[in-house]
Amino acid sequence: MQRINREAGFRAKEDRLKDQLVRGLAGDDTAYRTFLSELSAHLRAFLRKRLGQLPDEVEDLVQESLLAVHNQRHTYDPGQPLSAWVQAIARYKLVDLLRRRSAHEVLNDPLDEEMNIFSTADTDAAEARRDLNKLLDGLPDQQRLPIVHTKLEGLSVTEAAKVTGMSESAIKVGVHRGLKALAAKIRGIR
Amino acid sequence: MKTDDFISMLATEAGAISAPSATRRYATAMAWGAAGAMLLLITFLHVRHDLAEVVLLPMFWVKLGFVASLSVGSLFAVFRLSRPGAKLDWVPVAILGPVFGMWAIAIFAFLDAEPLDRSKLFFGETWKTCPLLIAMLSAPVFVAVIRAMKELAPTHLRLAGFSGGLLSGAVAAVVYCLHCPELGAPFVGFWYLLGMLIPALIGACFGESLLRW
Repeated sequence: MQRINREAGFRAKEDRLKDQLVRGLAGDDTAYRTFLSELSAHLRAFLRKRLGQLPDEVEDLVQESLLAVHNQRHTYDPGQPLSAWVQAIARYKLVDLLRRRSAHEVLNDPLDEEMNIFSTADTDAAEARRDLNKLLDGLPDQQRLPIVHTKLEGLSVTEAAKVTGMSESAIKVGVHRGLKALAAKIRGIR
Repeated sequence: MKTDDFISMLATEAGAISAPSATRRYATAMAWGAAGAMLLLITFLHVRHDLAEVVLLPMFWVKLGFVASLSVGSLFAVFRLSRPGAKLDWVPVAILGPVFGMWAIAIFAFLDAEPLDRSKLFFGETWKTCPLLIAMLSAPVFVAVIRAMKELAPTHLRLAGFSGGLLSGAVAAVVYCLHCPELGAPFVGFWYLLGMLIPALIGACFGESLLRW
């Protein structure tokens, strides 16, 4: 009985998060923010459990996984379970980290364990060690300025285009490329 | 930056996604790649002169069907391996099916042939060049497919690289059918397959560095 309740719980969670993501993909930024914020708690619990001996890495990897989810969100197919998609991304970033550190032995659990990522959540965010602001500062202007104006100062694309003298499409491309470059920088510095 | 602030940053002005779909990316990649392979064929090789007669032979179509169905099978694999969490399911069967089918035809052809003709069925006239030419023709498709794949999100990089390479080899083999004089099933089942496996193995070897995201 308890098991049935728990599974019904995952399904409700899955449906709610999927709904938020799908609305986010259609342009609803508020739903998308809620999605990322709930997702971060699940990512944190999932990664903390698997990075038992590297607790300092957890928050950095949560942020890196969120960035990966964001940059690759166009690959989500609504016909597919959201948990499988998210879990595959988190696993990929985890394996990538361990490969870079060549520290496979620190794994607590086998990675292919069939645990649903939405079964655990952890809202207790630690301080990230890596400062993303510093990495952002290292981006070229045509990527940094669009990100700073639209994403940090909250200007619209049109306003950001006016302030910078760039075209609106250059602003959009700049944000997109900049966030991808940010992910590449994160991969590079570890 | 705190994670909450980072989330706000990601969500602010995120808007509707405008990225082209995987289908569109691969359609474009295949079109450019196949055009490139065609150009290489016309520039460095030639379309066989008796093509009009050869297309009347059933074996020509069996050969073309073999490489075309491998293209379709590996395209399915490429699609699935570009998306995190997607399962391969029946796709390996769709790839191995045509291979075993061709091997079955090859065995019949062997049994049917006089013992002295068997080595000719296997080696044909062009076994030395066939695999390398297919691998050469696969280069444009390989580059286009790997570029498209990198914009998506493969999580099993070696396997994804292998499938991308196999797809490029299979498309190249379709183009190569316009040039190749061979029609023996044992020849096709071995040397064509070898030619398609060259880019596939290159993809598997370099997948981790080519496809990382």
